[in-house]
Amino acid sequence: MEFPFLSSVVFVPLAGMVVVMLIPKQNVLAIRWTSVIFSLFPMLVSFWLTWDYFFNHAGSAAMAYVEGPYNWIPSLNIQYYLGVDGISVPMLFLTGLLTTVSLLASFNIENRVKEYFAFFLLLEAGMMGVFVALDFFLFYVFWEVMLVPMYFLIGVWGGPRKEYAAIKFFLYTLFGSLFMLVSILILYFTSEPHTLNMMTLIDICPTMSHSLQMVCFIFFFIAFAIKVPVWPFHTWLPDAHVEAPTAVSVILAGVLLKMGTYAMLRISWPMFPGALRTLSFWIAVLGAIGIIYGALVSMAQKDLKKLVAYSSVSHMGFCMLALAAFSSVTAIAGCMFQMVSHGLITGAMFLLVGVLYDRAHTREIAAFGGLGVKIPVYTGIMVLFSMASLGLPGMSGFVSEFMVFVGSFGALNKVLVAICVLGVVLGATYILRMVQNIFLGEFDLARWGGLTEINLREIISVAPLAVLTIAIGVYPKPLSMLMSATLENLVTLMAR
Amino acid sequence: MDWQLPEYNLQMMLPEIFLFLWALVVFTFDLLTKRKTGSAVGYLSLVGLLVTGFILSITGYGRGFSTMFFNDPIALFFKIIFLGAAFLAIASSFGITKQKIVNHRGEFFGLILFSTVGMMFLASSNELLSLYIGLELTTIPLFVLAAFFKDDKLSVEAGIKYFVVGAFSSALLVYGISFLYGLSGTTDLVQMKINIALTHLTFKNIGVILVLAVVLVIAGIGYKLALPPFHQWVPDVYEGSPTPIAAFLSVGSKAAGLVAFAKIFLNGLSAFYGPEMAPNDWGKLTGLLACLAMIVGNVLAIRQSNIKRMLGYSSIAQAGYIMIGMVAMNELGLASVGFYMFAYLFANMGAFGVVAIFEDKTGSCQISSYSGLSRTSPMLSVSLTIFLLSLVGIPPLAGFLAKYYVFASAIKLASSNPSYNWMYWLVGIGLITAVFSLYYYANVIKNMYFAAEPSVYRVNFSAPAMSVIVIGLVGVFLFGLYPEPILRFASDIPLSFGLVPR
Repeated sequence: MEFPFLSSVVFVPLAGMVVVMLIPKQNVLAIRWTSVIFSLFPMLVSFWLTWDYFFNHAGSAAMAYVEGPYNWIPSLNIQYYLGVDGISVPMLFLTGLLTTVSLLASFNIENRVKEYFAFFLLLEAGMMGVFVALDFFLFYVFWEVMLVPMYFLIGVWGGPRKEYAAIKFFLYTLFGSLFMLVSILILYFTSEPHTLNMMTLIDICPTMSHSLQMVCFIFFFIAFAIKVPVWPFHTWLPDAHVEAPTAVSVILAGVLLKMGTYAMLRISWPMFPGALRTLSFWIAVLGAIGIIYGALVSMAQKDLKKLVAYSSVSHMGFCMLALAAFSSVTAIAGCMFQMVSHGLITGAMFLLVGVLYDRAHTREIAAFGGLGVKIPVYTGIMVLFSMASLGLPGMSGFVSEFMVFVGSFGALNKVLVAICVLGVVLGATYILRMVQNIFLGEFDLARWGGLTEINLREIISVAPLAVLTIAIGVYPKPLSMLMSATLENLVTLMAR
Repeated sequence: MDWQLPEYNLQMMLPEIFLFLWALVVFTFDLLTKRKTGSAVGYLSLVGLLVTGFILSITGYGRGFSTMFFNDPIALFFKIIFLGAAFLAIASSFGITKQKIVNHRGEFFGLILFSTVGMMFLASSNELLSLYIGLELTTIPLFVLAAFFKDDKLSVEAGIKYFVVGAFSSALLVYGISFLYGLSGTTDLVQMKINIALTHLTFKNIGVILVLAVVLVIAGIGYKLALPPFHQWVPDVYEGSPTPIAAFLSVGSKAAGLVAFAKIFLNGLSAFYGPEMAPNDWGKLTGLLACLAMIVGNVLAIRQSNIKRMLGYSSIAQAGYIMIGMVAMNELGLASVGFYMFAYLFANMGAFGVVAIFEDKTGSCQISSYSGLSRTSPMLSVSLTIFLLSLVGIPPLAGFLAKYYVFASAIKLASSNPSYNWMYWLVGIGLITAVFSLYYYANVIKNMYFAAEPSVYRVNFSAPAMSVIVIGLVGVFLFGLYPEPILRFASDIPLSFGLVPR
């Protein structure tokens, strides 16, 4: 038997959590490094999986590194069934990388260190599990397990309104998940023989009646859209982002939001192509509203972190637009590119906002000015990611947005896509205005004279993100080759 | 006509007989030693419960007293739940007996055992009168136990309230039973099933008498199960009575009510379930009560500041979820009722166990006094958090699988038969109120974890109290992650009602 790579990326962090809990709480250093080491393992495995998948499995759309299906709860036909393909491998990569980066960025947590790192590792186990599970019940378990540590991470280590933000996040997501649960049960009892195996359900679901497809599709959509978040389900996001500690914001933006779009591509899109055809225009409209609305609200923000949070709403809108153009491989690939690049860029932006906040203890944009003089290295890195965020050619943001537009222009209402292109301009507006206000202009020596430069640990944590952002921007071909077979297969499934 | 002496088969009743005698031993032991036994009498009761469990396991399936006493799968399954609830309740009362009821320990533990005997008897009885007697034997000791703090106004109020409501509801139940007897000419439930169906077929429609009987019996049992609108006694009784008794009420007495309901409706009146039997059908009416229970329980729990009252309302809501499985009345539904109760046993007894420990130490049941507890008593906080999350239904804890199972049974019925589309409403309301429930359970967690200041209390606990928490945690995790054995066992329950599993 082959080494169970996929189980290991889920259960090693879990084991790490147990180990961290056994360390005495005074021994802060040991706790920090133990958790980093336990997150290094899944990271390296995810890198290796990406490498190996690229060379050995990328040619076919079949699931690779399959484990199972093993019977878990036979009375209810629940199985333990894991596997990855071209859309989950990049997500695993992103999760592995961002978790380690965030753990490194969490070294400045002084308060209740042990619980923090334990929860973080539990969170990683849940996220990894979502991206590898192929059984509905298992998927749901991971999807929910992840909410608990997130709730605590926001609620204990968050900002002034942490309690409100934490419970709001928990309630919103649980509300959505329960819709998913109903759908899962309906599918289970409609399928003959009863099964929770996603791969089998993808084969049988399109034969179901249109009304049933519509019901299940909408229920799944609510669950996943809350996670993405699609306008009008986005209101938990700014609160959670603003209150969450830096590293948690990184994970929220970098991985959690992607779980929504990933689940759409994995589950509801190929399972209910009939319903998808009926609703695709409206999904595109929601995406477009998200793009424009997110950008406009970003423009009005005074708080730097809130600006980045709303820009996430706008950027995830591009994903939804691409997902609505389900008949185009380019658009779906654009969606995947956008997911990866948004994870890298926004993750880095949140890290950098955290770096500034740690020193200045404020995030108010208007409070700063001319910081480029005082902290040039920080300014350079921040401007790099800002440019990536607004879609400057040569960086991953540009590639993904370009692909989304090229793909969806042919597949969707052209006026709608044209409106969405406007979002890029608006994006440039709020990003440039932010850069101008913070880094250019008059420097307030009296107030910011003591500001220190970004340190080595912080540079190390953003450096891989910067390298990847540029690498994908300059040479996107490997990533697209990695996914192409899976995506083509997905588009055929969705065209049924 | 041949008169045959009924087959007594007394050994079928051995666990009940043993526990009854053991309760007497517990009573007298405390008296004979002039109340100097200390905690020994508590350990004595625990041993008695364990031995009863052992006897139960060797007794196995069978029947006695002709067709009156059945040891069928539902009886066996629920007897285990009763014994478990009694065990955990007694194990968490060591603190309270040491502090507040030093001189009446024998009575305290003995009455719990008596009540357990009643529940076990009820679970086996297959005949209306013995069922009623079992129910009375269950509740009358509980009236006394609820009022056990003689000097505490709240406790006395709880006792009186529970007594008045209990007596009233028993009267309703007996009245309903008398109608059922009048309609069928028998108190044997299996015979009643046949007789009533025959009467119905002969006269085409039985008419208003059956409606009356159904409503009266539902009301009578509804009081025991605390299904709204028969729930008003719950918060006051839970708040006033000793915490382990509130826990026992919420699990043991609720499970007893469920068994009584299942026996009367799913057996005796199973022909009058579906909408084609309107207006005599009881399915929709019970569904309505389940909806009310989920809504009322979950909404009112949000406003509570006392954790016992909160858990009281939450137990109303949980009864609503369980009733979904009952209303679904298919083989999946009955099995899910059993499994839900089993998962609920561990989570709820665990949660009450923590509340009892905290109350012994601090004397407070206010949710706000849990503030910052995670800093000083991390084990206690983690345990309570896990129990509460299991009650919400967060995977991979047992409470999640229980909810999943219950909803599955409802959706199975609704998706296979269009005349049961209303079951979707039940599921919908269940899901939305489950989101509400997260809010109030999380409120406790928030107090324990999110407060900036560490708690002023440092709570350590004794060995019996520790055992409650450990058993609860093991149950909640084990039956969430590896529920297969218990699911198999639960899937035998439908056999008791002539439904073939799966």
